[in-house]
Amino acid sequence: MPRYLFPTPKGSEITPREVYLNRRHFIAGATAAGALLALDGSVKAAASATEPLKFSEGKVKALSDKPTARELATTYNNYYEFGTAKNEPARNASTLKVRPWTVEIGGEVAKPRTIGIEDLLAMELEERIYRMRCVEAWSMVIPWVGMSFSKLANLVEPTSKAKYVKFTSAARPEEMPGVRTRILDWPYTEGLRMDEAMHPLTFLTLGMYGETLPNQNGAPVRIVTPWKYGFKNAKSIVRIDFVSEQPRTAWMTAGANEYGFYANVNPEVDHPRWSQKHERLLPAFFASRETEKFNGYGAEVASLYSGMDLAVNF
Amino acid sequence: MSFALPKPWIAPLKLLVFLLSLVPLARIAYAIVIDPISLGANPAETILHMTGDWVIYFLLITLAITPLRKLTGWNDLIKFRRMMGLYAFFYACIHFLSYIGFDRLFDLSDMAREIVKRPFILVGFAAFVLLIPLAITSTRGWVLRLGGARWSALHKLVYPIAVLGIVHYWWLVKRDITWPLVFALVLAVLLAYRGFKRGGRKIRAATS
Repeated sequence: MPRYLFPTPKGSEITPREVYLNRRHFIAGATAAGALLALDGSVKAAASATEPLKFSEGKVKALSDKPTARELATTYNNYYEFGTAKNEPARNASTLKVRPWTVEIGGEVAKPRTIGIEDLLAMELEERIYRMRCVEAWSMVIPWVGMSFSKLANLVEPTSKAKYVKFTSAARPEEMPGVRTRILDWPYTEGLRMDEAMHPLTFLTLGMYGETLPNQNGAPVRIVTPWKYGFKNAKSIVRIDFVSEQPRTAWMTAGANEYGFYANVNPEVDHPRWSQKHERLLPAFFASRETEKFNGYGAEVASLYSGMDLAVNF
Repeated sequence: MSFALPKPWIAPLKLLVFLLSLVPLARIAYAIVIDPISLGANPAETILHMTGDWVIYFLLITLAITPLRKLTGWNDLIKFRRMMGLYAFFYACIHFLSYIGFDRLFDLSDMAREIVKRPFILVGFAAFVLLIPLAITSTRGWVLRLGGARWSALHKLVYPIAVLGIVHYWWLVKRDITWPLVFALVLAVLLAYRGFKRGGRKIRAATS
C-alpha cells in the first residue's frame, strides 16, 4: 500500500466529544488511578496526552495568517523516528516516554548541567505564533509555547570557544520504530551558529496550542527557528552541546547537496529537486503563497548573514 | 493449458473492472466535495501521490496481463489490457493536471522551466508524453491502420514508460525508497519474464 494513506481514524478510535471536553478530568483521574493501582496502561495514557501550560503572550509581532487547525498540525508531521509518511508520527509516537526527561547541556560552557523537563516547564513561558516553512514547500502557522533559547544558554554560561550549538534528539529503537531502520544516521542532530542560537527568535519550545507538545510534534522539548526550514527544528532533544566547530547535521549526512547547514528559507535558492519560490499554506490546495526570504523574519535576522553568499551557504 | 469464461460473462466483468478502476477517482471527488479533511493537511499532495500511485499500479497491471495469461492459460485476460492501459493514461492525466494546477498554478512558462530544470519532473513528463500516442492508437481502427507489426512495435513504448514512471517516483522521495523499490522489483520481474521467454524462443529456434 502507498505510504500516504488518509489519516482518517477508525470510527472506534474517534474520541467522543464528551470525553474530549472532559479530557483534563480524565487525565487527572487516570493519573490518580495509575498512582494508586500502578496500572501501567493508564499511566502511559496519561504520559502521552498533552497538558495545559501557563504562559504569557509573546512579544513578537503576530502573523496576519490564522493558526493552522491543531488537528492538521498534529497529524501531518515529518518525524522520521516514527516513520517517513506524514501520518505515521501521529499513529506511532504514543510509545515515546516523555517522562522522566532530562536534557544534558555541555561542551564549551562554564556550568554544564543536566536539566529536568519539570525545571524547564517551571520557567517563564510565552506564546509565539510562527509560520513554519518546510523544505518541501508547504507551511503552517503554529502557536508555540516556550522561551528564547538564549535564556537556557545563559544558565550554562557558554565560553568564548563556543561557536556553534549542536542539538541531539532522542534515538530509542524500542520506542521509535523509525530508528530501527537506517533512513537517517541516528540520532538526529541539528545545529546553529552561536549568534543564530542566541537570537531572541530562536525558541526553545515546550508546547503548542496552549498545551505541552504532542509526541508527534517533538515532545517534550524541541527547538524552533522560524526563519529556517523545518528540518532545522530538532525534536525531542536530549543533549545540547556548545561546540567550536560547525556540527555535521543528520540531513547534511543524508544529502549535503540538498540540505545545507544554514537552511534559511529563501525563494531565490531552490532545492535541487524543486522550486522554493512558492509554498502551500496548508490546508490550501494551491501553492499560491509567495515564499518570503527568511520566511518573513528578514527584518530581525538578515543582518546575521550580511556579506555571506546565501546561494553557497544554503 | 487454457480455459475460458462463458462468453456472456465477459461484458459484465469488463463493466465491473471499469467501475472498480474509477474507485480512486470517486474517493478523491468525494473527499473534495464532501469531506476535505479526509485528504489530510496537504490535500493537493495527497491527490498527486494517489493518482501517481495508480498510474504505476495500472501500468504494472497492464504489463502483468501477458505473463498471467500465459501462466494461467486464461486467454480472456487480453480483453482487459487496453482498459488497464487507458486507465494508466487517465490517472496520468489527472496527475499531470493536478501538478500544473496545484503546484504551478497553471503558469505554463513556469511549468516548462520546472520540467527542464528538475530531472524527476522531466522523466515523469517524458513518461506522460510517451503515453499519449499509445492512448490515441489504442483503438481497433488504429491497429488496422498501422498494421499489427508496426502497432505492436509502437506499443513496446510501454516498457520505457514504466521504467521512467518508477524512476520519477524514485527521484522524488527524500529518503525512504521502500515503495519505489517494490515497484521496480515488480517491473523487473515482469520485464525479465519477457526476456526469458524471448531467450527461450531463440534457443528453441536455434536447436530445431
